[in-house]
Amino acid sequence: MKVAVITFPGSNCDYDCYHALKTLGGFEPEFRWHGDRELKGVDAVFLPGGFSYGDYLRSGAIARFSPIMEAVRDFARSGGPVVGICNGFQVLCEAGLLPGALLANESLLFRSYDIHIRVETLRTPFTSAYERHQVLRIPIAHGDGNYHADDEVLAELEGEDRIVFRYVSPAGDLTPEANPNGSAHHIAGIVNESRNVLGMMPHPERAVEPVLGSTDGAGLFASLRAHLEGALA
Amino acid sequence: MSRFDIEVRVKPRPGLLDPQGKAIHHALESLGYPGVGEVRVGKVIDLTLEADSEAEARERADEMCRKLLSNPVTEDYQLRVRASAGKEAEG
Amino acid sequence: MSDSTPTTSTVDPETVIPAPRPGDPEITPEVVEAHGLSPEEYERVVGVMGRTPTFTELGVFSAMWSEHCGYKNSKRLLSLLPTEAPWVIQGPGENAGVIDVGDGMALAFKIESHNHPSAVEPYQGAATGVGGILRDIFTMGARPIAVLDSLRFGDLDSGRNRYLFAGVVKGVGDYGNCVGIPNIGGEVFFDRAYDGNPLVNAMALGLMKREELIKGEASGTGNPIMAVGARTGRDGIHGATFASEELSEDSDEASRPQVQVGDPFTEKLLLEASLELIRSGHIVGIQDMGAAGVTSSASEMAGRAGSGVELEMADVPVREEGMTPYEILLSESQERMLVAARKGREEDVRKILAKWELEAEVIGEVTDDGYFRILEDGVVVANIPALPLTDGCPTYEREGIEGDDVKEARARDLTEFLAPEGDLTDPFLRLLGSPNIASKRWIYDQFDTTVRTSTVVRPGSDAGVVRLRGSRKAIAATTDCNGRYCWLNPREGAKAAVAEAARNLVCTGALPTAVTNNLNFGNPLKPHIYFQLREAVLGMAEACSLFETPVTGGNVSLFNETDGVAIYPTPVIGMVGLLDDVDQATRAFFTHEGDAILVLGETREEIGGSEYLYREHDLVAGEAPLVDLLAERRLQHAVLGMAQKGLLRSAHDCAEGGLAAALAESAVGGEKALGVKVELTSRLAPVAVFFGESTGRVVLSCAPDDESRVLDTARHHGVPAARIGTVGNEGGAFAIRTPLGSIETSVNEVRTRYFGALPALMERTRSEEPV
Repeated sequence: MKVAVITFPGSNCDYDCYHALKTLGGFEPEFRWHGDRELKGVDAVFLPGGFSYGDYLRSGAIARFSPIMEAVRDFARSGGPVVGICNGFQVLCEAGLLPGALLANESLLFRSYDIHIRVETLRTPFTSAYERHQVLRIPIAHGDGNYHADDEVLAELEGEDRIVFRYVSPAGDLTPEANPNGSAHHIAGIVNESRNVLGMMPHPERAVEPVLGSTDGAGLFASLRAHLEGALA
Repeated sequence: MSRFDIEVRVKPRPGLLDPQGKAIHHALESLGYPGVGEVRVGKVIDLTLEADSEAEARERADEMCRKLLSNPVTEDYQLRVRASAGKEAEG
Repeated sequence: MSDSTPTTSTVDPETVIPAPRPGDPEITPEVVEAHGLSPEEYERVVGVMGRTPTFTELGVFSAMWSEHCGYKNSKRLLSLLPTEAPWVIQGPGENAGVIDVGDGMALAFKIESHNHPSAVEPYQGAATGVGGILRDIFTMGARPIAVLDSLRFGDLDSGRNRYLFAGVVKGVGDYGNCVGIPNIGGEVFFDRAYDGNPLVNAMALGLMKREELIKGEASGTGNPIMAVGARTGRDGIHGATFASEELSEDSDEASRPQVQVGDPFTEKLLLEASLELIRSGHIVGIQDMGAAGVTSSASEMAGRAGSGVELEMADVPVREEGMTPYEILLSESQERMLVAARKGREEDVRKILAKWELEAEVIGEVTDDGYFRILEDGVVVANIPALPLTDGCPTYEREGIEGDDVKEARARDLTEFLAPEGDLTDPFLRLLGSPNIASKRWIYDQFDTTVRTSTVVRPGSDAGVVRLRGSRKAIAATTDCNGRYCWLNPREGAKAAVAEAARNLVCTGALPTAVTNNLNFGNPLKPHIYFQLREAVLGMAEACSLFETPVTGGNVSLFNETDGVAIYPTPVIGMVGLLDDVDQATRAFFTHEGDAILVLGETREEIGGSEYLYREHDLVAGEAPLVDLLAERRLQHAVLGMAQKGLLRSAHDCAEGGLAAALAESAVGGEKALGVKVELTSRLAPVAVFFGESTGRVVLSCAPDDESRVLDTARHHGVPAARIGTVGNEGGAFAIRTPLGSIETSVNEVRTRYFGALPALMERTRSEEPV
């Protein structure tokens, strides 16, 4: 299965995504340049982490106008799976493909360490391989990860089972200390209405090999693989 | 064509938590300034623009704000448009 | 260069005498002094030139003959360091040192200081420090794979120091995070000796294929010289000279315009573009425009190649209007590179840069006349023989005499401080709250440590480890130096720094391989400072020779003084090591209840220079801990052997805070806080047993079944070793006893102290940061 990893100027997790896809197997990752206008027949798209355009103005604000984003938008509209990780999540919000925005962390500090997230829904192409309420240990590394949306949008996300991951304690509880950035409703990841576009702040691609300290991110890739195989079958 | 100075002021929307503003408020208090009310931190973007009229300049700047310079989910903006002093745009 | 530029290449270069530029100041003794040149040095300039230099030329000399570029006070001493080994591919003198790591791969690494800029503007100073060291790595053709940071500040009870500390940490973090290079470790040390003179040393490592190594040489007559990357502004003009002067009280305001501003986004683009450029074969040499900007990069590239350069200032892309050649030559605008391209490939170079949204402009060409020649709109404004400029800087061997205050402090009888016996839990808990011992998590939680998905051991353990993708191998790195030991005894202190770095590496399972150093000292014109510098270099040379860890480069930062008071001599050692198998990577933390705890090495009754004395008695005195290099080497071989045999569950160097602090760190630093029950038989003063900082010791844990094999291995290497206790249960008791004293608390209390101290100290800062 061909998977596009988009490189914006300032992306720095593009190779990490590429390697995770390669290492886990079943994917043929290919880089797509921000200036490209076509995705060229891929089955899924990753918007990687980093600091596209230095995160100047606002995180993700400038990248959303890259030529490739038109193609990503069309791909998403046609139901193709799109995953935005960290800066990729910010780009998806700025581009209007996901609701809400990511503000500066409440602490005003960049936060980088392993956090725990709980899988809230299995009804996505990205989480079917997990168990409901499974707790994953995955690194975060961001300065602007504080998810914000108005009450209406939050109610919609809750009501439509669109909150995919929430920050929790190691035991799986919604404790205040477990929320690393002040995100509303402990939100670490959400999907769009048609459930094919995922945005998440934690980095699943950094938790796919025992030598890195955790393999809890591998399930996301396994879910996507199963989804694509099902779609192709 | 004339040149216009555009000042865009972008501020967090009312009611939105502004941790930077909170930190500055706290700092001002601990420096001993009494009576400091709410502090909100935004940004100012200065740019110059060539346009036929002030109205056109304003319209285009307004579009820039909606499209790129502010995020309507979290930010409000204000525009100030003035003819640039003494500099006629060329062409 | 534009076609209209008259070429001087047919003229004898010596006869080209630039006319003074209108508006340039006249060269007076005051102007010479303001450029940091002594009357004797200026005489030498006139001798080299055979005439009075122009103002532009004087600026060039002052930058190149500053300590920062010319190493005039340290060069002779540095020549004493061992620099060679079969695995060294590139020793000192290039942008970075390079070693062979096998499988056709090479590792570039270097440390560099940004002390003075960080003292003036901590955020930008630290950020641009990281930017500069990353450029040093990728201009060798290597992709940066890790950064470390070695920091020193005054005590955190001062708001100013907290502001500096917070700003530096944020600057280091924001820059490295944005470029996407994981921070894998480093160190920070707080002591009033660094009040007003914080030290910010950044180290970077990069990986390349051996054949991708490229040097900073401008060779091939007629090859175009191109300015690449960001435009040139008036940032940091004369930063290199500034970095070699003492700070005075008013330097805060006066120096502000000299501060460079970093743009990590442009750096990331420049990194990708440079690596693509190097691999394209379109260029012959590349160098960062670091300290002293165009001047040092162009003249050093010419100097190394034995060529000359001719540059047209009007062709340099500038950010501000009306910049003079003097300003362009000395600007330290960041994120710029100088490239010597192959003739005819200019367009190819531009194309690669354009892909990364960057500019590349031809600003001159390589000549064969050995001159560094600068034109302004075709008119020569500077014409200097390149070799004397880069290599002719006078070097000094100065008088070195030990300071009386140090002799006095060292002679101090510490017997009274060894008296306390019985329950020493309270001083222990206070010591854990010292920012020198407490967890540095507050710092590294602000650094991206896992980007590039290769970090195996993250900050917080003895050394950071990154795997080499596609092989079983991994690389470990650490930085170390205890300035207090170096102040009390610079030779022993420098040896201790090298020994600790090597010990940290073996505790992580890595073979110590090579060193980069950062010599941070006061004003070497003062005999007691020169004494420190000389002694430290001698100690370093001895230790590096014995450990077979050659010095492949580094940085010298002198004049770290405020109002005549110098910092502690701080020769920071950055050391890299190799692991043949990444699975041998060992961490510092206990992992299993019931495991045996052992200590290797000898505990002596030493509390001189200890954190205990500083925190409990506000005293820096006594003999620095003794360093027995041969015993160290035996210890390192033993620990490495154990790690390679897979006998160790944890290994941790015993350093500041002594054995008690080391046990605490091993107990709470891992995923779970595990109890500790230790019984020591030593009848030495318990203060020394618990808190003394004898070097050459390692705290280990192993499965009970492996205890005898560990002890056998130690015996085989002639290393004193003993089982001292057992790892307890999660949340259990933390108890260390000797016949004369005890520490009794719970591991949860230890954990709270250890992790809570730095956040509690810094919580105050957010309210005090200048806005």
